[in-house]
Amino acid sequence: MTTLPTRRDEAYRYADLAALEPLWPVPGQDLHVAAGEQGALAVILDGANDAARDISITLEEGAQFDLRVLNAGSGYGRIAVTVTLGKAARFHLGAAQIAGGNQTVEIVTQVSHAEPDAVSTQVVRSVLGGHATGTYLGKVAVARGAIGTDGSQSIRAMLLDRTATANARPELEIYADDVKCAHGCAVGELDPQSLFYLAQRGLPPAEAKKLMLQAFIAEAFVGAADEEALTETALKALEAML
Amino acid sequence: MLTIENLSATVADKQILKGLSLTINAGEIHAIMGPNGAGKSTLGYTLGGRPGYDVTGGTATLDGTDLFELEPHERAAAGLFLGFQYPVEIPGVSFVQFLRESANAQRKGRGEAPLSGGEFLKLAKEKAALLRMDMEMLKRPVNVGFSGGEKKRAEMVQMGILDPKIAILDETDSGLDIDALRICGEGINAIMRKPDKAVLLITHYQRLLDYVKPDFVHVLAGGRIVRSGGPELALELEEHGYEAVAA
Repeated sequence: MTTLPTRRDEAYRYADLAALEPLWPVPGQDLHVAAGEQGALAVILDGANDAARDISITLEEGAQFDLRVLNAGSGYGRIAVTVTLGKAARFHLGAAQIAGGNQTVEIVTQVSHAEPDAVSTQVVRSVLGGHATGTYLGKVAVARGAIGTDGSQSIRAMLLDRTATANARPELEIYADDVKCAHGCAVGELDPQSLFYLAQRGLPPAEAKKLMLQAFIAEAFVGAADEEALTETALKALEAML
Repeated sequence: MLTIENLSATVADKQILKGLSLTINAGEIHAIMGPNGAGKSTLGYTLGGRPGYDVTGGTATLDGTDLFELEPHERAAAGLFLGFQYPVEIPGVSFVQFLRESANAQRKGRGEAPLSGGEFLKLAKEKAALLRMDMEMLKRPVNVGFSGGEKKRAEMVQMGILDPKIAILDETDSGLDIDALRICGEGINAIMRKPDKAVLLITHYQRLLDYVKPDFVHVLAGGRIVRSGGPELALELEEHGYEAVAA
């Protein structure tokens, strides 16, 4: 695509097009993991500038890839990921989005199970405050004959203010029998009962919120090679936002 | 220590407490008993400052400080501990981390130096042992996967660590088996039966009072204290029921 997309393009429906324009066209990053090999990547957008990434990952037979994303810059942040899984390949996405003010953050994924027995898991946790918009658009496509596919999407967003917006659209396109695809999607607020319980033990409201959000965000980084560093960076972004 | 005068409170616009007065001095253990819906839990939540529990009249002071001027976490720092009837499960937040932060937030509020990691763990181990609780359990997320009895024991461990002036214990005896009841009762005595502390037990039954002997027993009905007496009042209630005694 060479011309700037419009909101009519499904993948850009909630994008901040004015912020995207100077970044356009977004250079693609192609990653290829050979049969039986493993790859990993951590994408951290936490700078002051708007940023957009476009990542394509091709996994050959039995290849594995672990992608972690922290989308917590102070402007517009967009990460698009296209994954093609070969036979018995495994792909995991663990992503956290943290945004406040008038920010827009989004993750757009297209995961294609081209061959049998591949596994894809996606965990996305968003914390949105102020007038921020956080979006997840994710399609899992299972090709004809890709039996034994296991695809899952767990998408959750926490709204800190009633003025923040979360969009979540997990999508399945299945052309094979004998596949397992699960998606869960929830948008909520911090549980007031839990907050009172923590406050009753002496934690000030901001600390109580931070503790609960930290636990929520941490779910995106469980099992990552650099889990601790990612969690710590996310916590800093969270503190800056609160 | 705790002085409640003519307290009225509403929950979801429904009047639950209707002019409740109660004075608890340092060194005393009081028990409040009463039928379902009398307002027992509401009293605890109102004093603790739970959102949705609105004070519509009266006062409550802790050592002269107006509780209703304080936020819930400030009431905790002032020395008020509320033992929950249904302790909340909080996935992903470890007991140890949360309790250390809570204890230090309270200490900060009182102008005291924070506990180091080592000091805190020593204290937590000591209190866990008092309640016969495996320290490993406190490394798990708050109350997640705990049985009813474990949750109540964990409440008592928290009370031991936070060392409040006054503890309001809302049906700490519910959901406990006989052994756990004794352990909790002994824990309450060890932690709170001191000249400078006080306890308000909220309970339906006499059984907890066999272990934690109250100095005073009150009957709460219709949002007010309708009768007060010594420990014998609890036995009378057990024998004759609330209806006969409160009438």
